[in-house]
Amino acid sequence: MTETKKTPLLDELEKGPWPSFVKEIKKAAAHNISSQDLLGQLELSYEDKKAHWKHGGLVGVMGYGGGVIGRYSDVPEQFPNIEMFHTIRLNQPSGWYYNTKALRQVCDVWEKYGSGLTNLHGATGDMVLLGTKTEYIQTIFDEVSNFEEHPMDLGGSGSNLRTPSCCAGPARCEFAMIDTLDLCHDLTNEFQDYLHRPMWPYKSKIKISGCPNDCVASIARSDISIQGTWRDDIKINQEAVREYVAGGFDINGMVISKCPTKCIAWDGNELTIDNANCTRCMHCINKMTKALRPGDDRGATILIGGKAPILQGAMMGWVIVPFMKLESGSGYEELKEFLEKVWEWWDENGKTRERLGELILRLGMRNFLRAIELEPIPQMVMAPRANPFFFWWPEETVQD
Amino acid sequence: MAQARTDIGPPLYKEMLPPIIKENYGKWQYHEIVKPGVLVHVSETGAKLYTVRAGSPRLISIYFIREICDLADKYCDGYLRFTSRHNVEFLLSDGSKVDALIAELTEKGVPVGGTGNSITNIVHTQGWVHCHTPATDASGIVKSVMDELFEYFTTMKLPAKLRISLACCLNMCGAVHCSDIAILGIHRTVPKIDHDTLHKVCEIPTLTASCPTAAIRPNPKLKSVEIKAERCMYCGNCYTMCPSVHIIDAKNDAVSIWVGGKISNSRIGPRFSRLAIPFLPNNPPRWPEVVNAVKHIVEVYAANAQPGERMAEWIERISWEKFFEVTGLQFTDKHIDDFTLAQTTFRSTTQFKW
Ligand code: HEM
Ligand code: HEM
Ligand code: SF4
Ligand code: SF4
Ligand code: SF4
Ligand code: SF4
Repeated sequence: MTETKKTPLLDELEKGPWPSFVKEIKKAAAHNISSQDLLGQLELSYEDKKAHWKHGGLVGVMGYGGGVIGRYSDVPEQFPNIEMFHTIRLNQPSGWYYNTKALRQVCDVWEKYGSGLTNLHGATGDMVLLGTKTEYIQTIFDEVSNFEEHPMDLGGSGSNLRTPSCCAGPARCEFAMIDTLDLCHDLTNEFQDYLHRPMWPYKSKIKISGCPNDCVASIARSDISIQGTWRDDIKINQEAVREYVAGGFDINGMVISKCPTKCIAWDGNELTIDNANCTRCMHCINKMTKALRPGDDRGATILIGGKAPILQGAMMGWVIVPFMKLESGSGYEELKEFLEKVWEWWDENGKTRERLGELILRLGMRNFLRAIELEPIPQMVMAPRANPFFFWWPEETVQD
Repeated sequence: MAQARTDIGPPLYKEMLPPIIKENYGKWQYHEIVKPGVLVHVSETGAKLYTVRAGSPRLISIYFIREICDLADKYCDGYLRFTSRHNVEFLLSDGSKVDALIAELTEKGVPVGGTGNSITNIVHTQGWVHCHTPATDASGIVKSVMDELFEYFTTMKLPAKLRISLACCLNMCGAVHCSDIAILGIHRTVPKIDHDTLHKVCEIPTLTASCPTAAIRPNPKLKSVEIKAERCMYCGNCYTMCPSVHIIDAKNDAVSIWVGGKISNSRIGPRFSRLAIPFLPNNPPRWPEVVNAVKHIVEVYAANAQPGERMAEWIERISWEKFFEVTGLQFTDKHIDDFTLAQTTFRSTTQFKW
């Protein structure tokens, strides 16, 4: 057993009202020597102002190419119990809903073979189990995948589909215009092979929000962002609007003046919306949940290209399909065919570590649209181009 | 030993939903915030689902998980969920149990809040705890900032929602670039190369191709590479590709602050956060400079924004030049973009403010 080291710097982070991660590491360390060493190494990082993890290291389970991230200490002589401290990603249930049995059985496995420390959840969505040795990885996977109830599978890592994730959805949100939970579950199962066996130029992420509030930030952190929306008129309950006003709600200040397209009006008795000019920003619906509801012709907008700064700078998704019907139980065939076309083009044309959005910029949106057989429409741009350097297809000019 | 099974897929979410949700799935009509941290969703059927939202440090032990499971068993028939911002949500079908649950959570030091016009939990990454590329820690800064801004988690007194996020390097796992306030670890020096090991552990063409500014070129004499210092903007991507390139530099690695981003389409659409403070020192264990800077920006915003205005809307209304004036933050050459598409951020109008 490693001697328990003093951690004066980390101890400072046990103070204060917000829950302390140092207390969590200490709770785990009371039962587990690798967590003790983690605490020691982290204290050293606080002294040295740098991480003490080595670069990379490949580990995995049989039949899978991803789901485990290798991690080795660069000071193993001081902290032998975290010489190896690998991460296991487990695919979370849609929307991060759990019953306690499902969580407890993961805890039990992690108590036996891991550090006892987790992230609920990693930013991609997975349950992240932090810190185990190479020799336990297969055993952990065999045990979680054989739970009698709620068996668990690995999440994604490496150059593959990353674990799709979604918002709270129709289970707990009145705004959900698509069944985000069903869609997320269905797509994860459909594309398991892409998730588990890295085969692409780089990572590809899908995130699904039930409405344009985008609670899972799909536009900023996924290559493929799916956001529920509607096409017909906002439903107004005039009686409920009048109740809001009668109750002292500042309808002019909080709603009418804040509508970005100025398409909503209140005459003191009736609320009217010029729906043809509404951009479905959700603001009025968010503010008057009892009085306003999205229309009935529901589906999703699909945006493509979102990613973090490495390499070509941060990007947010671009509208590619302004509206697609996505009814639960439909099999989502149109969406799946669309995704296959998109990935095929990227896989064929992308360079190593080139994200979808970067490839679209390198080869041009027109080439991408042609490859996936979509017509250009004004909804795809904020404004048409301003520069005169543009390409023609050979068939558009007279060839000699 | 158990037989390996593969490709079984994620656990079925339907098995994780309490009966009240199964019965009212897709039928929710509206919701209200009962008080900070407590939501009630009301169904077309009249059923009411209460949610109690609590903060977590994200890095949690199985002992914490078992404790919240005990509470979920006691108050919620064994059901709970997590949010994309690392909060825990207890799902109650019996509203009369809400206060007792809150009392137990409070007693355990687990704060309830994060709804409506509040600062909810800080989305963050791994930092020194578990990653090999960080310029700073994640959990320690988050803890220090949340301790200081605690009252904004447990109350809803801000003009609008305020989302803070942290990434410990430019990889931005968790993509923090569209937040009201983003805390981002940065490197500030050119990576050092270990010429002796490089050719053994790295592929030189892949390495040269990895650089977004084409700063790396082969050095055939040394069977290695060299970096043109004046082109490097310290992104660390080369280090990701090759362990013989060292980007971590404890003397110079630092923290930057970004403001005015958002994700939702509500009113003004999604937008990136913009640089507010290019450099704050890495000062563990409590990063006082970072904590003070974030607190200062929150307080100036809270005092000046109109009701309902997110950080981005407030800044758009008053202008960036006024933002720097009212916050007293220094505007430097670092605030003027010099990467791809920099020109789209330069001003091409005579309309500006003094
Ligand atoms: C050069 C590029 C990148 C490298 C080498 C890289 C590497 C890593 C590593 C090693 C981890 C695991 C950290 C740990 O658990 O110890 C990680 C996690 C993650 N990465 Fe990346 N990453 C890269 C780019 C990105 C980008 C561009 C995004 C997002 C758009 C991203 C999103 C994530 C997310 C969400 C996680 C999970 C973080 C968490 O658990 O909170 N990564 N990445
Ligand atoms: C300068 C660059 C960036 C800064 C300062 C920044 C900052 C932030 C902030 C503050 C948030 C919290 C947003 C909110 O909840 O309202 C956030 C969220 C997010 N960002 Fe960024 N970000 C940057 C770049 C990126 C990039 C390039 C990506 C990805 C591809 C990205 C992906 C995300 C994601 C996925 C979230 C949602 C996190 C969640 O709520 O679960 N960010 N970012
Ligand atoms: S994205 Fe929309 S539907 Fe989903 S939880 Fe958020 S508000 Fe509800
Ligand atoms: S959804 Fe937005 S754009 Fe449409 S009426 Fe409401 S506030 Fe105006
Ligand atoms: S943001 Fe950078 S340092 Fe932080 S966990 Fe991700 S890759 Fe590691
Ligand atoms: S740190 Fe980034 S910019 Fe600098 S050499 Fe490496 S890859 Fe190029």
